[in-house]
Amino acid sequence: MNAFFAQLMSGLATGGIYASLALALVMIYRSTHHVNFAQGEMAMFSTFIASMLLQAGWPYWAAFFATVVIAFVMGAAIEAVLVRRLRHAPVLAIVVVFVALLVILHSLAGWLFGYTIRSFPSPFAEAAVAGGLLSPHQLGAIGVTLLMLALMYLFFRYSPLGLQMRATAENPTSSRLVGVRVNRMLALGWGLAGAIGAVAGMMVAPVVFLDVHMMSGVLLYAFAAAVLGGIGSAPGAVAGGFIVGVLENLLGTYVVGAELKLSVALVLIIVVLVAKPSGLFGKAIVVRV
Amino acid sequence: MQKKLLFVALLAAACVLPFVLPSYAVFQATMVIAYALALLGLNLLTGYNGQISLGHGAFFALGAYVAAMLMEQAGWPYWATLPAAALAGGVVGYLFGLPALKLDGVYLALATFALGVATPQLLKYKGFEAWTGGSQGLVLAKPEAPFGLPLNSDQWLYFFSLAVAIALFAAARNLLRGSAGLRVVAVRDHAIAAQAMGIDNARVKTLTFGISAMYTSVGGALSAIVVQFVAPDSFSVFLSITLLVGAVVGGLASLSGALYGALFIQFVPQLAEQVSKAAPWAVYGAILLALMLVWPTGMAGGAARLQTWFNRRRQP
Amino acid sequence: MKTIIFGLAAALALACGSAAAQKKYDPGASDTEIRIGQTMPYSGSASIYGEVGKTQAAYFRMLNEQGGVNGRKINFISLDDAYSPPKTVEGVRKLVEQEQVLLLYGMFGTATNTAIHRYVNAKKVPHLLLLTGASKWNDPKAHPWSMGFYPDYPSEARVYARQILEQRPNAKIAVLYQNDDYGRDYLKGFKEGLGAKAKGMIVSEASYEVTDPTVDSQIVQLKGSGADVLVSFSTAKAAIQTLRKLHDTGWKPTHYLAQGAALIGAVFNPAGPEKAIGVISTAYSKDPNDTQWENDAAFREWLAFMKKYRPEADLRLGSHVYAYSSARLMTDILRACGDNLTRENVLRQAAAIKAVQLPMFLPGVVVSSSPDDYRLIKSLQPVQFDGKRWTRLGAFVPIF
Repeated sequence: MNAFFAQLMSGLATGGIYASLALALVMIYRSTHHVNFAQGEMAMFSTFIASMLLQAGWPYWAAFFATVVIAFVMGAAIEAVLVRRLRHAPVLAIVVVFVALLVILHSLAGWLFGYTIRSFPSPFAEAAVAGGLLSPHQLGAIGVTLLMLALMYLFFRYSPLGLQMRATAENPTSSRLVGVRVNRMLALGWGLAGAIGAVAGMMVAPVVFLDVHMMSGVLLYAFAAAVLGGIGSAPGAVAGGFIVGVLENLLGTYVVGAELKLSVALVLIIVVLVAKPSGLFGKAIVVRV
Repeated sequence: MQKKLLFVALLAAACVLPFVLPSYAVFQATMVIAYALALLGLNLLTGYNGQISLGHGAFFALGAYVAAMLMEQAGWPYWATLPAAALAGGVVGYLFGLPALKLDGVYLALATFALGVATPQLLKYKGFEAWTGGSQGLVLAKPEAPFGLPLNSDQWLYFFSLAVAIALFAAARNLLRGSAGLRVVAVRDHAIAAQAMGIDNARVKTLTFGISAMYTSVGGALSAIVVQFVAPDSFSVFLSITLLVGAVVGGLASLSGALYGALFIQFVPQLAEQVSKAAPWAVYGAILLALMLVWPTGMAGGAARLQTWFNRRRQP
Repeated sequence: MKTIIFGLAAALALACGSAAAQKKYDPGASDTEIRIGQTMPYSGSASIYGEVGKTQAAYFRMLNEQGGVNGRKINFISLDDAYSPPKTVEGVRKLVEQEQVLLLYGMFGTATNTAIHRYVNAKKVPHLLLLTGASKWNDPKAHPWSMGFYPDYPSEARVYARQILEQRPNAKIAVLYQNDDYGRDYLKGFKEGLGAKAKGMIVSEASYEVTDPTVDSQIVQLKGSGADVLVSFSTAKAAIQTLRKLHDTGWKPTHYLAQGAALIGAVFNPAGPEKAIGVISTAYSKDPNDTQWENDAAFREWLAFMKKYRPEADLRLGSHVYAYSSARLMTDILRACGDNLTRENVLRQAAAIKAVQLPMFLPGVVVSSSPDDYRLIKSLQPVQFDGKRWTRLGAFVPIF
């Protein structure tokens, strides 16, 4: 039982990682109805910037907030310069653009920051907690993810700005007609996603250690988490993240062994999606013909 | 008439190529043919039928491994492995198309992405190791030209692949031009109207998945024969993404797009490496971006626009 | 009469002499240059090993500045294969058929080198000093043109197995391994080393993929098996995470770590060196971050080389030591060829290396080869980390 509990905790910890990146994916989706495949690389790139600032001697929180701001600006800039031009392009062309972004950021990061692995400090204390099953950092990271989730939920549900963003994603033309500054909303959406991604990266790096491939493996799981929970739902994404993390661990340990856990976990996701095509917490959209 | 002339000219050029180019370039040209077949498959599914697939690398791998295993473990001649790969691809594709019916857009993208990611792990699985060669992969023998023809191995494989590709492209063209093609496109453009008109959407979609996978598998089988080696590392999720990029850049919903796309994915990375040794993929990404910004409908779309512009200028 | 005979004899001697001094070239060699080719993963998941290629290139740059080899400059052509075997095939065919290189050198990766194994042996191109530890590169009978550089993984694993059998015969062993030919080759050798006792001693095995974000789950699983010995056949990132998780969970097994991940600067320091105290591995070269070499002349020379020719490089990586050493060995082989730069002679010299002590290798680890045995490094030094440096654990172990 002890071992099972340990795997459960471990799964929640990794699930937290997936959940935080999934939030960034959901943010972009809610504001633009696109899935940004480059989200992981943007988060990794921002974390490297934080690492450089820390190396230059900045105190942790100064570097943290500076990075969040830089990531916000980077995200908004990418939208304004690149994504906006493709507003009327076919969906797949946009997907390819995201792939291009992914490749560019990955390559640039390798060139600028090198390929060696670095450690990244954690703002949370070092002691061992819960028998060493969950470090204080992992608990703290989960806490930060939940905090971001709460903020996002409140933002979209109750704030006028959130409403405008939702309207923009839903129907840009009508929104423009009622006075919503559509371009500004889109840039804001991307900027916020960039910021969330940066926070996710800085929470993840102390656990998985920072290098160019830090987010490459995480992207699929974050994507799975977001879709499993319902791509438009932030609480769904977080729940999806924890579910995927725990599932992956338990399957890998007890059912199929680590060598097949990827395949089996994904089969399960497909099964869930077939049973509930719009995700666990997603709303089925009824389209009037 | 003009188009026919162009086609004949291209065909003639293609036949002369292997006698003019050095051996390894003929090898590269044969790889382009294999990729073109794979992209045609993806194009059928994503371009003509509107079902996105981020995991077509899995079918490419399937075809490659079927060919490799039959050649290496069961001693089949290389040409016989192609129909086997096609069959395997068709069946697996159709089976995957069944649950895919319930998925749409982003959700289908995830399901296929998952397939692409899981492929290397499946190929490495210990349980299949006796057949697949595990992580070490399988090394294949190189086919020689039959009947004592005065062609070296590379040239023969090129002509063989070219013949297969032309046959398959012609088949696809006929399929798309006929009523089947209309149904496929109708389901993409307006699924509900198509259903209302009596088209069996489910059947069309699953069959298209099967045929698409079949084409990609044949491409994979050819690539295995040409490279003479298969290993799980060759078929990572990056391959699936590369195929999608190739299909989009080449031009979706167009047969010539498959060829443009294949040329792109084969040669542009090398081009990028020559431009910048330090960050070649950044250059590749930049080229991709530029292409998408200028020609969102892909190179085939761009070529079509050029054609229209040209025709307009010709008219008085 | 005497003069005529003498004159004839002199003429004959001269003729023979010039025939012996006649230069012989295969494609890639000439009076002014020697072309060497390779493909390397400069991009993709194994891009960190691209650093090896860059340092090899830097070594040849230095060599050229010093006059080259026997008056000839090295033209080093290194292409990117993104660790994808089809690209390796393409690149190597281009190097051999278009660029006309004399030989292939220092290529990285098992799958990638396997893809061209048959081709280079069929085309009789020397395929030397490969940076992969698979056992198939020591096969002079069937594949005489391919020669590895690293000691192979199964041999290293057998050293650990033997040590455990001798020092901890009742141990309960847990194994963590990377799920690819690297990790699996190690595991196979390890089990062979334990022999009949393998089933009884290994209580738990867990694998991980290179793309897995963490190995925490695997470590938790291995800990739960009650093992008191952990053997890690992993690469740098997983090793760092393992050390940290071991510390966090308070599990203190005797930890054997594969050599490729046993680096002070690249692995122990990011995890926290105190977490790596007691880690056992094997070594044949000097760890670039081990302070015991600070005043060593050879080490200083290497450091100066890196600072001058690769100032932007991260010195913590083991790659630079391997690259420097293998490039130096390659140079020695080429020098021994003299003016006879045929592929056959290059291979002959490569298979006739006599007890070379490479500067960055541990004192006592000599490199040698023979036409029947292509294994260059024939012994390993077991070492243990004490928090600051590697200390020797007993004598050199011959690899079998």
